[in-house]
Amino acid sequence: MSKVGIASYGITKFSMEDSKIESVLLESTKKLFDDTPNLSRKDIDAVLVSTNNNSKYLSAILSEMSGIEPKIAHSIESLCNSGTNSIVSAYSYIASGLADVVLVSGAERYDSAGQILEWDNSRGEFKHPIFWASIFTKAYKREFSITDEQLALVSAKNHKQSQHNPYALSKKVYSLKEIINSKKLTDDLRLLDCSRPCTGGASILLASEDSCKKFTDNPIWITGIGQKTMSAGFTKNMAFSSMESTQYAALSALKMSKHSVMDVNVAEVHDAFAVCEPMALESIGFTDKGKGMDMIKELHTTNNFKINPRGGLIGAGHPLGATGIAQTIEITQQLQSNAEKRQVENAKIGLVHNMSAAATSSTVLVLER
Amino acid sequence: MTFESELYKGNFTIAECGKCKKIVWPPSEFCNNCFNQVIWRKGACEGKIIEFSKKNNEYFCLIEIENHIKVIGKMTSGIPIEGNKIKIDKCGIRENNYFFEISLI
Repeated sequence: MSKVGIASYGITKFSMEDSKIESVLLESTKKLFDDTPNLSRKDIDAVLVSTNNNSKYLSAILSEMSGIEPKIAHSIESLCNSGTNSIVSAYSYIASGLADVVLVSGAERYDSAGQILEWDNSRGEFKHPIFWASIFTKAYKREFSITDEQLALVSAKNHKQSQHNPYALSKKVYSLKEIINSKKLTDDLRLLDCSRPCTGGASILLASEDSCKKFTDNPIWITGIGQKTMSAGFTKNMAFSSMESTQYAALSALKMSKHSVMDVNVAEVHDAFAVCEPMALESIGFTDKGKGMDMIKELHTTNNFKINPRGGLIGAGHPLGATGIAQTIEITQQLQSNAEKRQVENAKIGLVHNMSAAATSSTVLVLER
Repeated sequence: MTFESELYKGNFTIAECGKCKKIVWPPSEFCNNCFNQVIWRKGACEGKIIEFSKKNNEYFCLIEIENHIKVIGKMTSGIPIEGNKIKIDKCGIRENNYFFEISLI
């Protein structure tokens, strides 16, 4: 099977701008082209668009607006992990030989319809994500005797780290007191425990081994992929203090890459809400069950950016369709030693964890220099 | 008869496979284990609290019915505790959303 690499990328600032979705897609695509002098429009075999704004045929629209006439053009939507699922689709096109160079572009608006799961009626009147997040948080706190004050560390760490990310939505460092005293959404969730939906775009260029060399001297290889969907309904989760789909996806991705989780130097994990970060770290295997907050405290107090260096979803913002691609760009920059003040020293192996629908579905990627 | 047509009338029905007897949730016309047609029967309307939280003065609880079906309902009276037995007092469809109102047994 041909190796598949990341040859280039482009990203927009994450904001609350009222921009047209096609404009956001075009902006990150233009940046990708601007930074890839050897890339010609004719090189691109496939254009995949990752978005929940799927009432339009956006891959064809982006192709036309970019002057690309691809063989393959379609959208991919799976709520919050649309981005990494699009990358997996691009990988598969290249690995199978159906395409050699694929542009993946993700975008979302701050008012994305993907935030509310209309289908999942088992949530009754409680369909907004804050309700599943409150159930997760309550269950996690109860099972592992974790306090609100401890969980506030996730937000403090990720807002702090995002100040070094020029594309992040967050503009401020928050104290634990400010996080705990932020607007109470439920008994178990404060406003600053949450990532914010926003407007943003991210594009990435995937290519076969030979083609990668044409566009970059510093390709990053996708060496592990794991995906798992347990259900579409939040209440079908078997546990509410761990992420079963993440366990499966991480195991598959690490097995494919022939690495152990201990080999991973840097990772982006899907901290849609504060509690998701320790749950993800435990489910991926970075630490034992119930010990995620100990790891986060250690990272925060030692100013170690190993987990969510760009600020995660809480610090960077969460434009659903762009999130998984932005996470992958961050790990690419880390492995290329291009992450400036966020740089994790000597990062050789990175991991991306992107999930959707209250962790009922997860995608994990392993990237390497 | 469908789950929703009964829910509109305030009845909580359960889809059970006519062949393998599996409870199918979310409700569907066909079993997700063997694809045989389901039989609609009256639900027990009693279960237990798995987890809960509170928004403003309203408790919302993740409850489990017949050891299989989990839904989120609103507690209309009392203070929930994990594992407490509850009953569904009222259910239906309001503003296109299902709703379940529960109380302690």
